Amino acid sequence: MLALLKKEIHSYFTTPIGYAFIAIYLAVNGVLFTVFTLKSGYSTPETYFTWSVLALILLVPILTMKSFSEERKMKTDQLLLTAPISLGAVVGAKLLGAYVVYVITVLASTLNCIALGIYGKINLGVLFGSYLSLLLIGLACIAIGVFVSALTENQLVAAVFTMGLLLIIIYISLFNSQIENDFLRSVLSWISLLDRYALFTYGMFDLSALIYYISIAGVFYFLTIRVFEKRRWE
Amino acid sequence: MIKIQNLVKNYGGIQAVKNISFTVEEGEIVGFLGPNGAGKSTVMNILTGYLSSTSGEVEVNGINVLENPLEAKRQIGYLPEQPPLYPDMTVKEYLSFVYDLKGCKLKKEAHLSEICDVVKIKDVYNRVIRNLSKGYRQRVGIAQALIGNPKVVIFDEPTVGLDPKQIIEIRTLIRDLGRNHTVILSTHILPEVQAVCDRIVIISKGKIVANEKTVEISRAVEGAGKLSIKICGPEKEVLATLRSTSGVQSAEVLGARDSDSITYYVESTGGLDIRKILFRTMAQKGWPIIGMESLGVNLEDVFLSVVEDPGTTGTKKKNVKGGKA
Repeated sequence: MLALLKKEIHSYFTTPIGYAFIAIYLAVNGVLFTVFTLKSGYSTPETYFTWSVLALILLVPILTMKSFSEERKMKTDQLLLTAPISLGAVVGAKLLGAYVVYVITVLASTLNCIALGIYGKINLGVLFGSYLSLLLIGLACIAIGVFVSALTENQLVAAVFTMGLLLIIIYISLFNSQIENDFLRSVLSWISLLDRYALFTYGMFDLSALIYYISIAGVFYFLTIRVFEKRRWE
Repeated sequence: MIKIQNLVKNYGGIQAVKNISFTVEEGEIVGFLGPNGAGKSTVMNILTGYLSSTSGEVEVNGINVLENPLEAKRQIGYLPEQPPLYPDMTVKEYLSFVYDLKGCKLKKEAHLSEICDVVKIKDVYNRVIRNLSKGYRQRVGIAQALIGNPKVVIFDEPTVGLDPKQIIEIRTLIRDLGRNHTVILSTHILPEVQAVCDRIVIISKGKIVANEKTVEISRAVEGAGKLSIKICGPEKEVLATLRSTSGVQSAEVLGARDSDSITYYVESTGGLDIRKILFRTMAQKGWPIIGMESLGVNLEDVFLSVVEDPGTTGTKKKNVKGGKA
């Protein structure tokens, strides 16, 4: 599995994909940070983080679209699936590979906060919680993206479907203000990735949210394995 | 070494592999032959664990592929129809990756260097795979299959798309590999099987229609019963003489390539050797024989006959003209 993980990370940087993701992520977040924190005059970056999560809808597909679809198109999946390594390890390495690139990028984006430190007071708890939630939501989103990329050998299709799925799962609770039914509202809010991380952004540790995000990632990890098992048995 | 029993594979509603059984002994080179879409690749994919069978048992070196897939996969080196290469890697990076992926215990540098020597890719070792020619890519694919010194090596159409020189090189390579490995070679190129394999398994429409030693098939297809004979002489009279010669069952004109000689197709009764008789007869008449060739059924004919008519064995002779033994 380590070999595959190494190859995954390596491949992000031997192709433009890794650089493109990092550059676009930092550019988008730089703009969001400037608009919603520096220009608006708040030193609490809550609005920025909400937007940062929304931006993942567009950014994560860049990272995950080629994950399995490229392997299938190049028929290199035959190498991975006939090697003496378990399916769980193959999917795990793919997921982790993309996640490592994501974590590096998010860590790089924390440099934005230096500006906060210069112009205002930083609440370390809030910042730490917010970035932690960003990392967790990212994990769930990447698991979804990797899952979708296992369904098709067309990268573009994978990217578009990932965007659609992320749009639904992140945005869905925004309809809540329009919905009268309490039960439906709580269901939508339960599904939504966006509604979970509020406590983190107040600087509090929320175990249930942590478990929720990791479970979402876990569910899609297993679904991805199922995709390959189903294809094998057909 | 490989034991396949009652293998069945359904794709949706279609049965791609219908109850196949065969075994491969250690050190054998087996040619797996069949027209496109016969189920060759499906069987190979099941052997290598890429697909699962609907029912039936597959054992590699005594290890059940379904029950113990990782251990079974360790016994097999596989070159799929399209070599599974990452175009952005150099040959060195790629082989090193496959080495790590397979979790090899052998000494890395020495092992990879030995394999590169065997498949002759030392000179492109540091080049990016994207820029390699098809022949080199194929060899890198073979190198990949050999990493970890697997007991069984499986090649799915290894010479497709190569130039004649490369084809000969790859065949020689495969024959050399057969000394230390059990090899299964899938192909629809018949001379390839004749040149390389110890045994031939022919599959058609998901069923095995022939399973014979190559030498036995070759022996069966040779013989003096059918002749192509080139004679200088008047066509009608020569033909009449041929037909009236004892032992000749039929004679026909095959064609005339140059002005003064005509090629005839002659078949003897019951496979009798009539070459000497024909020589004397023609000599008496004063019509020189300037060429004589014994025709048999070749592998193509065997192949076509069993593929079109499943259920018969490969040694079945067919009444064919123009094939050369």
